[in-house]
Amino acid sequence: MELRFTAEQEAFRKEAREWLEANVPKEPLPSMDTKEGFAAHREWEKTLEKGRWGMVCWPEELGGRGADLFDWLIFEEEAYRVGAPLRVNQNGIYLLGPTLMEYGTEEQKKRFLPPMASSDEVWAQAWSEPNAGSDMAAIRTTAFLDASGENYIVNGQKTWASRGCWADWGFGLFRTEEGSERHKGLSMMVFPNDLEGITISPIEQLDRETGFAEMFFDNVKVPVKYLLGEEGKGWNVAMATAGFERGLMLRSPARYQATARKLVDLYKEHEDTAPVSAREAVAKCWMKAEQYALNTYRTVSFLKAGGKIGSEASLNKIFWSELDIEMHELALSILDAVGEILPYAPAAKGLVGHWLDGYMFALAGPIYAGTNEIQRNVIAERLLGLPRK
Amino acid sequence: MDFSFSEDQKMFQETLRDFLTAEHTSATIRELWDSETRRSSELWQQLCEIGIMGLLVPEEYDGMGMDEVDLVLCLEEMGTHAFAEPVIPTLVGTRLLADLADKSLAQEWLPKVAGGEAILAVQYPESPFVQDAHVANLLILQKDGELHALTPDQVKLTRQDSNDPSNCLFSVDWTPSADTLIAQGEEAAKLSAEAFDRGALAAAAQLLGCGQRMIHMACEYASERKQFGVFIGTFQAIKHMCSNAQVQVEYVRPAVYRAAFSLANNSVNRSVNVSMAKLAAGEAAHTASRVSMQVHGGQGYTWEQDLHLWMRRAWSLDLAWGSKQMHSQRIASIVIDQGVPTAPLGESWLA
Repeated sequence: MELRFTAEQEAFRKEAREWLEANVPKEPLPSMDTKEGFAAHREWEKTLEKGRWGMVCWPEELGGRGADLFDWLIFEEEAYRVGAPLRVNQNGIYLLGPTLMEYGTEEQKKRFLPPMASSDEVWAQAWSEPNAGSDMAAIRTTAFLDASGENYIVNGQKTWASRGCWADWGFGLFRTEEGSERHKGLSMMVFPNDLEGITISPIEQLDRETGFAEMFFDNVKVPVKYLLGEEGKGWNVAMATAGFERGLMLRSPARYQATARKLVDLYKEHEDTAPVSAREAVAKCWMKAEQYALNTYRTVSFLKAGGKIGSEASLNKIFWSELDIEMHELALSILDAVGEILPYAPAAKGLVGHWLDGYMFALAGPIYAGTNEIQRNVIAERLLGLPRK
Repeated sequence: MDFSFSEDQKMFQETLRDFLTAEHTSATIRELWDSETRRSSELWQQLCEIGIMGLLVPEEYDGMGMDEVDLVLCLEEMGTHAFAEPVIPTLVGTRLLADLADKSLAQEWLPKVAGGEAILAVQYPESPFVQDAHVANLLILQKDGELHALTPDQVKLTRQDSNDPSNCLFSVDWTPSADTLIAQGEEAAKLSAEAFDRGALAAAAQLLGCGQRMIHMACEYASERKQFGVFIGTFQAIKHMCSNAQVQVEYVRPAVYRAAFSLANNSVNRSVNVSMAKLAAGEAAHTASRVSMQVHGGQGYTWEQDLHLWMRRAWSLDLAWGSKQMHSQRIASIVIDQGVPTAPLGESWLA
């Protein structure tokens, strides 16, 4: 066990810090779930790519630095330290990217990874359907091979497609075997969102933004070269992606450590008026953000030693999503009556609106990427061995 | 950067696990509860043969000269087995004697500790009681910012029975003198603070093992007990309770291991890291005890069912070496009032 950073890691941190301080936009960008915000965030991705900071743990030929996951964590810490913009292509770089590296053909990697790294192609996720939410194996959107054997013909509907409104490409699970049931006969596919027969309809969220969309498929021709992994084995490919999402990359610990630090600052500003109970509650949030970070470093050590992320990812997803809500609820209780003021209202000084926005976003955490109730079932059955029936 | 344990460290834990599984069952605990001292010199001897008590003893005093990282998995294992022999005070006392400027006490006592011939008791200001004073060969006591070392003939003990019969607490009457004084002023303050952190880390590690064991007991019971014609473990109400407890316990693990590293390396954030480990471990073990008892139903409320052996351990360990409240306030005062020295994200923030 060695929990001090090496000289190389410290040098890496320094380089990242200097670059970020010089390049992060002085004013925060508009939300990526608005049209102009999406474009601004894509620009930020280009800036990152030019500095070779887009995905530090990707190989050099993909614009990365061939660094390891510890370096990625360090970069994330530095990015959150200076309040760098969020990553508009997270579906691509954090989720599909690693899956492509594991399951993609050489041709697919060559085709998709470089424009993903540069965000010339931004990705949407398309898993859920109106009747396949928590029960994802109930997917009914079909993709059957046509007579020529060159195309899958896709029919059906996806929903809650993150970044669906403005993304260039999508990926998801489709039923490729006629008459198949549940986890069998599903395949993972990628597709350009502007194919003929795809209709995208934005969904207005609780916060009035359109972070996700419905996607309708009407006899859409998807070339067979866009199949990812083996036909009919899509469930396994999807689970690998979900494991990465829940277990490591989607929510880097620096995000919560940054929120915890802002919470400490907020409490200090309002120490005279904050509820008495807030003091220890703030300290506890700070502790939990540390615990999350520590567990992530532990997970990365485990991966570096040859381990694979399994059902433990479900523990992670519950921890970060519930911590996020806890921190924002506490912040709003410290802000008291001002807490409900929207960011653009004149009374919303400093980070007031930031906490409300953050709270609205945090509320989705226990729902997306597999509801926390599903995660609890996974923990009980696969980690603790409780009987399914 | 590496969060993993070495093969040797894991093997040490396995050796201890085999020993405790074979020699320290719930029946052993119940027998000890009925004995006069509630302590077993046979178990203590065997523990020393495995090498646990010599682990922190420096090599020049016949020990292994290792550190808290080498020890932490073993402490966790003791919690798993509700093993309550006076390991924590003896380990804390060991380092305290080794770190004294005057080495005469270390020379006299530490070879005996390593050989299993001496048990140490250590008082700390957060508790009015001294644990295992009745079996200690040397007591390290505090008064007015001074540290004193006394032999059993120099103290008068009054037993204070605890809710956990495995926890042997005593009030100690004694008189400080120039002969008993071992440290004062800055040296005493520093040694006392380190001793407290070391005790809190050890208690946190035991709480971690104890909490995990209670969840496993709940899951075993839920996989055997039937109601409405099915195993109760098939109900989501039961599954989700157990999962919630598991999430809490799992996130204690890295906090405890990190605190061990901070102690072993005397990191600048040592105290806050230890407090986080102790608070998180206390809370998780508390959740685990509540959940496990609820899953066990009426069975869990009986003296016959073994669950309470672990619940009582958890309750006692939670109060030992600073309660949840104490550690929570200490974290608040460091994080909010003083500012964590390495935050935000100094180069060595993790350690």
